[in-house]
Amino acid sequence: MKKYDAVIIGAGHNGLTNAAYLAKAGLNVVVVEKNDYIGGAAVSRELEPGFWYSSCSYVCSMMRQVIHRDLDLTRHGLMLVPYLGTVSFADDGSTLLGYHSEGPNYNELRRLSPHDADAMFRFMTDLERYSTLIRKTLLRTPPDPTSFKPRDIQELIFLAKTFWEMGEEQVYEYIRFFTMSAAEFLEDYFENDFIKAVMATPGIIGTALGVESPGSAYVLLHHVMGDVDGNIGAWGLARGGMGAISNALASALKAHGGDILTGSGVDQIIVRNGAATGVALENGDEVYGDIVVSNLDAKRTFTKVMDRKDIPEEIFKKAENFKIRGSSGKVNIALSGLPKFNNVPENRYIDRGGQQFAGSMRTLEKAYDSWKRGTWSEDPFIEAVIPSAWDPTVAPAGKHWMSNFIQYCPPKLADGPWTPVKRDQFGKTIIDKIERYAPGFQDLIVHMEVRTPHEIENEVGLTEGNIFQGELTIDQLLFNRPFPGYAQYRMPVKNMYMCGSSTHPGGGVSSACGANAAREILMDLKKPNTVPEDDCYD
Amino acid sequence: MIESADPFSADPFAGERLKESPFHPRQAGLNLRDSWDAWNGYKIANFYYDEEYEYFCIRNLCGTYDITPMQKYLIEGADAEAMLNRMVTRDVKKLKVGRVTYVCWCTDAGRVIDDGTIFKLGPEKFMLSCGSPSLAWLRKSAFGFNNVDITDKTDTIGALSFQGPTTCEVLKKMGLEGIENLKPFGITHFPFKGEEMMVSRTGFTGDLGYELWVPAHVALDLWDALYAAGADYGIQPYGEAATSMARLEAGFILPFVEFAEALKTVRHKHDQSPFELNLGWLVDFKKPHFSGRQALLEESKRGPDYILTKLDIEGNKPAEESFLYSDKACNNEIGYVTSAMWSPVVKANIALAMIKPQYLNGDIFAEISYRKEMKPFWKVAKCTVQDKPFWAPARARQTPPPPIY
Repeated sequence: MKKYDAVIIGAGHNGLTNAAYLAKAGLNVVVVEKNDYIGGAAVSRELEPGFWYSSCSYVCSMMRQVIHRDLDLTRHGLMLVPYLGTVSFADDGSTLLGYHSEGPNYNELRRLSPHDADAMFRFMTDLERYSTLIRKTLLRTPPDPTSFKPRDIQELIFLAKTFWEMGEEQVYEYIRFFTMSAAEFLEDYFENDFIKAVMATPGIIGTALGVESPGSAYVLLHHVMGDVDGNIGAWGLARGGMGAISNALASALKAHGGDILTGSGVDQIIVRNGAATGVALENGDEVYGDIVVSNLDAKRTFTKVMDRKDIPEEIFKKAENFKIRGSSGKVNIALSGLPKFNNVPENRYIDRGGQQFAGSMRTLEKAYDSWKRGTWSEDPFIEAVIPSAWDPTVAPAGKHWMSNFIQYCPPKLADGPWTPVKRDQFGKTIIDKIERYAPGFQDLIVHMEVRTPHEIENEVGLTEGNIFQGELTIDQLLFNRPFPGYAQYRMPVKNMYMCGSSTHPGGGVSSACGANAAREILMDLKKPNTVPEDDCYD
Repeated sequence: MIESADPFSADPFAGERLKESPFHPRQAGLNLRDSWDAWNGYKIANFYYDEEYEYFCIRNLCGTYDITPMQKYLIEGADAEAMLNRMVTRDVKKLKVGRVTYVCWCTDAGRVIDDGTIFKLGPEKFMLSCGSPSLAWLRKSAFGFNNVDITDKTDTIGALSFQGPTTCEVLKKMGLEGIENLKPFGITHFPFKGEEMMVSRTGFTGDLGYELWVPAHVALDLWDALYAAGADYGIQPYGEAATSMARLEAGFILPFVEFAEALKTVRHKHDQSPFELNLGWLVDFKKPHFSGRQALLEESKRGPDYILTKLDIEGNKPAEESFLYSDKACNNEIGYVTSAMWSPVVKANIALAMIKPQYLNGDIFAEISYRKEMKPFWKVAKCTVQDKPFWAPARARQTPPPPIY
């Protein structure tokens, strides 16, 4: 079997990014992928002829613009299109419309609360201030706060300086942020419960926390810190679905001479004399490489594809206890036409954007209660988008597909394992809910893909179906991600690295984890760095 | 349409108001931001909803831009071709019936008056379409040619530029049979509401696109038919702002942005030659005499003072109105930026710039000023010369265009 300079496990977007940068530096690299197709959780799949689902991730705002530019992803087929016009539904079916202009938005908020319409300016400003700060850390390796290496000290100084530039008062505010709940955070700005619920939803997406749980305020920030072409908080659709991102990265990787092997997962990372030397595939093949980079989550990497005796026991324990609770489901629906929602005007800029079934603060918290009890929420939070309304390539003309992200859905049910019957019952819960807001919706359904954490884990490989490869709480962020002391992408086994969302800066289709890991690897190999600096410092 | 101003009409400001295009009733309803501009006396949208949204319709879906204010002149007669060939720098003799060509024309000093497109509608029938009124210059250019008639058709033709990756599908759905076989710069005709609609595969966006030309009195019918066919393909009107973004990515020039029209330029050499605008390929010295030939021949030997260049600039701050230097310390000035923007599809910081040719192969730096929450900043950014347009998708050249991708 051919020997490579580097073997990367998992052709998700971070694995492909990592491989592309290593290949760009002249390394002979291969990405091995268990599925017959690439993309991991950034994938477009045609499960019904003519309809291309973004099966997992469905919108994009954290993709590092500088990586897109540097790897020439446009030439490799990637176009990110901002989408607009989110409608939020309250429990009683009334709506809050998100216009793409400050004046109309202000008027709309005033309809619910003049106080909150005004407070929204301060809220957005504060969010942008925090986002601006975090964005500066995305394409950087977290410093080790216990290290005396000049590089770590320099990096700590950078962080401290960036922090301090915000002003003293803001520093305290910021620290509070990491431990607050979304509800507490919003309490400081808004009085209207529905507005609070709408603004709270980013705090629970993908997270086994409720709006009242400490830590959800940071998750909120993590979801709004992205941007599309500098418009902070904006979200984009990848033309052709999220798979277009992975496909463009794969095309860039191949252009730099990299290989991709699909169709067989890694059975085990081969460790000889304390150093990783390759991978043994499930089909019996072995692929050797001077280094091995795992794009799998930390728990899967250390408890599933490594022999316990090859790693320090402490790491095995940390991996076992790594917080990676599944909490979300995904229901992708092909439709014969655009659904018509109650209380939404036929304004084409908003009646086909996104739909947020936020309900109220109580509904959101109750949805979390179900998860704690080991059942899916009866009245879940749904974040829906109809990508085909903006992207002519993902459904036949006049037909559509709707992406529904569901919070909450547990990885393990209280009444026994997931079965296809229970999965379909979960799917029906979602359809029934949407039908209440859009009468006639059911009649439009052409095809459905229902994914509980069980399917997400089995098909994509994310432990418990956790979309972030590990929760975004302070104990698992920055220099604590995935474990304290191992945040610089090097793992306890020699020649072994991690590059997935289990590493800094965490979940989201950003390419940052993969790029940061590549930078560290190239440094160890004494090769010139090929990873660009982020363009957010000016 | 408000044809002329009557000072005694009920509206005392009637004469102040701009003329409305035949598409105006539909466009006014969709102009949610009430953002209007003026172009050749017409009221024309700067944007309807959001300039970036409209720009993305051009790149992702499809959109219409009202080009009624473009000047349209019919030039007919046995001498029409000879007259045009005497006026423009390109060899019009090579143009076949049913084809369009891009041209520019110059003063005797070889300075660009305007650019535009010539449509060859018949052996002795041409249409010239251009951005600024050119009737006086056309008349002057016809001096000595006995068999040529020049008619200004601007107000009698309604025209839409229809651009974007889904345009061909929409036109097919509208019933324009065989439209997929129309080649770039080709012209075809279809019966429409008892009149004739002309369709050319032309545009100003660098993408797949068409221009639709009909008699003004059926303009609204055209709009309605097109928007009905395009409903499932994301059709959206776009304005000057989105046009300007798209054309910069395609590397196309704008008057009084890249060049100063020679007849409207006060100061010596503040106008440009075709060579300076990197339009040397439009100048054909092999054909008989044309306006500006002597001056251009001399310039071609000497070399232009500046040359319009495409730049890819590091960082993400648009180099608007930047000076260019050959050194990072910004001591030796070598040119200036004419247009700059962050390109959302290419994900690059792009610009068009006039640069002294002798510096094209060396380092180029832009001095960029920008503001963050009012506070001014400046930086020096390295520029890389780019030969090809920033955006040139294959679908823009393919016949038939590929299925929507």
